[in-house]
Amino acid sequence: MGGLILFLVIVVISFLAPFYSSHIANTDPFVSNISGTTVVDGKTVDVVQQGGGGLGLGETPIGPTWHSNYFLGADNQGRDVAARVLYGGRASLLIGVGSALICCLLALAFALLAGFFRGWLDTIVSRVMDLIWAFPVYLLAITIATVLLTTPGGVKLWFIHIQATSLWIPTLIIALIYVPYVYRPVRGQVLATREKEYVEASISQGASSLRLMFGEILPNVVSTVIVMFPLMIATTVLTEAALSFLSIGVQPPNASWGTIIQDGQGLLYSRPWVAIAPGIMIVLTVLSLNVFGDGVRDALDPRAKVRVRE
Amino acid sequence: MVAFIIRRLLGLVVVLFTITVVVFVLFFATPGVDPSSRLAGRNPSPETVAAVKHEFGLDRPLPVRYALMMKRLFISRDLVSYGNQALEVVPAILSAAPVTFSLVIGAAVLWVIGAIAMGILAVTFKGSFVDPLLMILALIGISMPVFWLGEVLNLITQDRLHDTFFFRWVPPLGYVPFTQDPWQWFLHLIIPWITLSILYIGFYARVLRANMLDIQNEDYVRTAKAKGLPPQQVLVRHVLRNSMITFVSLFGLDLGVLIGGGALLTEVVFNLPGVGRLTYNALTALDLPVIMATVIYGAFFISILSAVVDILYARLDPRIRPT
Repeated sequence: MGGLILFLVIVVISFLAPFYSSHIANTDPFVSNISGTTVVDGKTVDVVQQGGGGLGLGETPIGPTWHSNYFLGADNQGRDVAARVLYGGRASLLIGVGSALICCLLALAFALLAGFFRGWLDTIVSRVMDLIWAFPVYLLAITIATVLLTTPGGVKLWFIHIQATSLWIPTLIIALIYVPYVYRPVRGQVLATREKEYVEASISQGASSLRLMFGEILPNVVSTVIVMFPLMIATTVLTEAALSFLSIGVQPPNASWGTIIQDGQGLLYSRPWVAIAPGIMIVLTVLSLNVFGDGVRDALDPRAKVRVRE
Repeated sequence: MVAFIIRRLLGLVVVLFTITVVVFVLFFATPGVDPSSRLAGRNPSPETVAAVKHEFGLDRPLPVRYALMMKRLFISRDLVSYGNQALEVVPAILSAAPVTFSLVIGAAVLWVIGAIAMGILAVTFKGSFVDPLLMILALIGISMPVFWLGEVLNLITQDRLHDTFFFRWVPPLGYVPFTQDPWQWFLHLIIPWITLSILYIGFYARVLRANMLDIQNEDYVRTAKAKGLPPQQVLVRHVLRNSMITFVSLFGLDLGVLIGGGALLTEVVFNLPGVGRLTYNALTALDLPVIMATVIYGAFFISILSAVVDILYARLDPRIRPT
């Protein structure tokens, strides 16, 4: 339960990001502010000091003030890191929860179809899943992301048009690469449930395929998916951070915890908080989800052997 | 058994072929994009685009283009990257592979020792505060993004505490080949090994603990105890040994994933010139020939290793050998 509470707290403060930046920090964390100034302890200071480096070159952004403006300091474009971490959390959580949801729904749909109808449908779906499974998750994500990001003018698919900077791109990529993780155990369960006596009883009463799938089988396999769901969010949040860190996840002007860590890489030794703060948020989020997920599993499914991870 | 091996190898060939087709189609046959502009890297000159068009036979039908690409990747091995000063792709991967290998093998040694030690401790002290403490530590281990952990360790060992007694020995980031200076090779890799292994120590310790607790209830463990064997011997010879079945099969797959490119993030953070960093550099330049080659290399490695694991497993455990 503690895990769930911590996760919800993180969700709530991330969604208060606009309030924080406009009413407490009084900045816009998406506009660079290289030549701006701010007031610390009654003195006016440059947000980005020129010539802070060894030979009088380079620039050093302001460090943590621990006050309402620039609480965690600024990044090298003079943007408020604390506000960016909150906004980044919004993007990270949206992508994490969204892709886990899409992934579980897709896997559930495919598993129901394949496990219920069996035969050639099962063969095709399972082979495609095996193929996705054969790629290392990060490399598959890299491949799809490169293809999508190098498509000029965004992705056009029938009537859907997704901008290259849209959060939908990382969401869909991450959802897709984890479908086999959920699909495999669920399909096994559908196959097993299909042979149960109560399903046979329903067949003998003349139930239709649809009725069997949604009335008899679905309610009995859905708990497996529910058990996996929090652990899937933990996994997708970590994956999003990794992809964004590699600059193929969330694209500017959006920010996520992963992109902020990347911004902070160059400032690691001078202004470590830029990279450390979003990382702490990731660890807390993933840890809370793992604790909560363990709890859900123990409650619903004490004998489960299914584990998900990076 | 022979029939099983042959079937598994045939399956492997089909998978490898499909992987190359999928990657090729994704990169070079997506609708609405001119593949020559993709191949030529970021902001290419018109001359480069024309040269690329000619070299890859882009005016010819798709299957011919696929065959040409595979020939240059596997047979003549002269695929050249345009984004990156005519870097030859295949030799670049082959020279980067030993770095990745050094990183992954060392981390694997650490994580096997660490996970077994943690698992045994947790099971031995079940019921006291040690077990939940170890499991919380393991959970924190699997919750940390590996690239962030690497940066934090860099911050500590390269900067903040570098001048103290503890971390004075840490060399600057980078890699020294084993053949050149084994001791420097070792020193340069210690922190990356620790970073990479922490996630796996956490995960494997949890799996091992759960397995050992399951197996403690088996009949043969009760028999061993009833025979009067010392508890330590029961734990190691009967419980641990049987718990290692899952451990070993997971280990084979994870090793394949890491050598195949999964160690990418660690290599980037520690500036180790392995296959992962090659991919990363190619990503920042959108250098498609290199990305394609490293993805195929990684997928090949994993597929081959998982076939080997399956065969070894069938050899060890007759129950899963399909007839």
